[in-house]
Amino acid sequence: MNTWTESLHTALGLVMSGDATLWVIVMRSLAVSATACAIGCALGMLLGAWLGVSRFAGRGALLTVLNTLLALPSVVVGLVVYLLLSRSGPLGFLGWLFSFQAMVLAQVVLVVPVVTALTRQVIEDADMHHGEQLQSLGAQGLLRAGLLAWDERYALLTVGITAFGRAISEVGAVMIVGGNIDGFTRVMTTAIALETSKGDLPLALGLGLVLLGVVLLLNALVSLVRRWRERLDTQTVAGVAW
Amino acid sequence: MVTQALVSLDRATVRLGSAAQVAALSEVSLSVAPGERVALVGANGSGKSTLLRCLHGLQTVSSGSLQTTPGVRQAMLFQRPHLMRMSAQSNVALGLWLRGTPWAQARQQALMALQRVGLGDMAGRNGRALSGGQQQRVALARAWAMQPDVWLLDEPTASLDPHAKREVEALIAAFTNEPAGPGRPAPSLIWASHNLGQVKRLATRVLCLEAGRVLIDASINDFFNADWLAHRSPQAFAFVQGETA
Repeated sequence: MNTWTESLHTALGLVMSGDATLWVIVMRSLAVSATACAIGCALGMLLGAWLGVSRFAGRGALLTVLNTLLALPSVVVGLVVYLLLSRSGPLGFLGWLFSFQAMVLAQVVLVVPVVTALTRQVIEDADMHHGEQLQSLGAQGLLRAGLLAWDERYALLTVGITAFGRAISEVGAVMIVGGNIDGFTRVMTTAIALETSKGDLPLALGLGLVLLGVVLLLNALVSLVRRWRERLDTQTVAGVAW
Repeated sequence: MVTQALVSLDRATVRLGSAAQVAALSEVSLSVAPGERVALVGANGSGKSTLLRCLHGLQTVSSGSLQTTPGVRQAMLFQRPHLMRMSAQSNVALGLWLRGTPWAQARQQALMALQRVGLGDMAGRNGRALSGGQQQRVALARAWAMQPDVWLLDEPTASLDPHAKREVEALIAAFTNEPAGPGRPAPSLIWASHNLGQVKRLATRVLCLEAGRVLIDASINDFFNADWLAHRSPQAFAFVQGETA
């Protein structure tokens, strides 16, 4: 049996057997990335929406820096967060190193530039097309940004999915700040890295397939919700506040 | 008796572009009294939209000045209205809410405004799901609900089919004929149009623009008096001849 077939069997076996260790890792991965994504989206969308409608000196330079941060290597983020959280670092007093919080923090740092840059583009385009009409109604600054964000919520949903994809698929940062401690900070990607280093390629690939399956399921769910909402939007919404 | 202008521009120049190299408006002066209906005509790129945007405060003037009587309410309508992804009623209510009306009250007033434009039964429909003509009527309702003293319209019927054009024009005529609010005079109307028939029906005064400059500022009767116009402004006369050919 070749490695791919074996991996598929392993993946199916892991899922079908309801392997407790696997599901704990899957759930931890989802929890870390969902929390990081939620925090990252809140911060990034706010910042991106503001950048989308603001004009100030140095904005161009700031956008260049922001776009550069899109290519931020996760190991570099891991290293920086490690230094911040290490005992002698400025955030050492938190005692977060090798913990769930450390992994969330690292992923937030990774996700914020992605969300900010994409949200900025969405809001800036919307503002160019119809921001003036909102301005004419009396919506200025952040209020206009908020209304445009609400109006572009389906596009921002895609931004959220992209951010989640970036968070759940990264390995370098969580490995460094989480330490891949079994039963404590081990997540899907670090488990895959570990099994690969041990030479258990079928198990590593199997875990990879499970990871892909989980992400696929989540995306399908979000896509269904989005389509349902869009269909609802074209129908009568009497009695609904919005 | 001198009637105070609701809004006026004095020798306003607007320069656009990164190096402010394009003069979208040059030394334009305009003063609009209560109840006046001023049509802005001219070829594409003549500065009609820029002038409206200046009067509404969406475009700052590079030189000259804009003066608005304190407390005067303005509403602006665009060629293609943008309705938010929400019900027609909420779209109308949004305008009121942004000007300080509590949301529940704004929604009640919005329903009345939609009934006024004949869309009461569409109140719950999503704004984006409406036809172009219906969307423009929702935008009219949104503007009307704010009880403006000055209506600024940027080619409001340009993208509509003939039937919707007539409906929207009739509403504009009705709204600008009735008092802006209790104890207030009829509002002023300043609008850009390529439709000279519409100009004839609605305007009391015409401003003809070319390349950001005012070619002629005339009463409706003078503007459509061929001899008078040909004598006063051959360029404006040529424009009218071209439009009516």
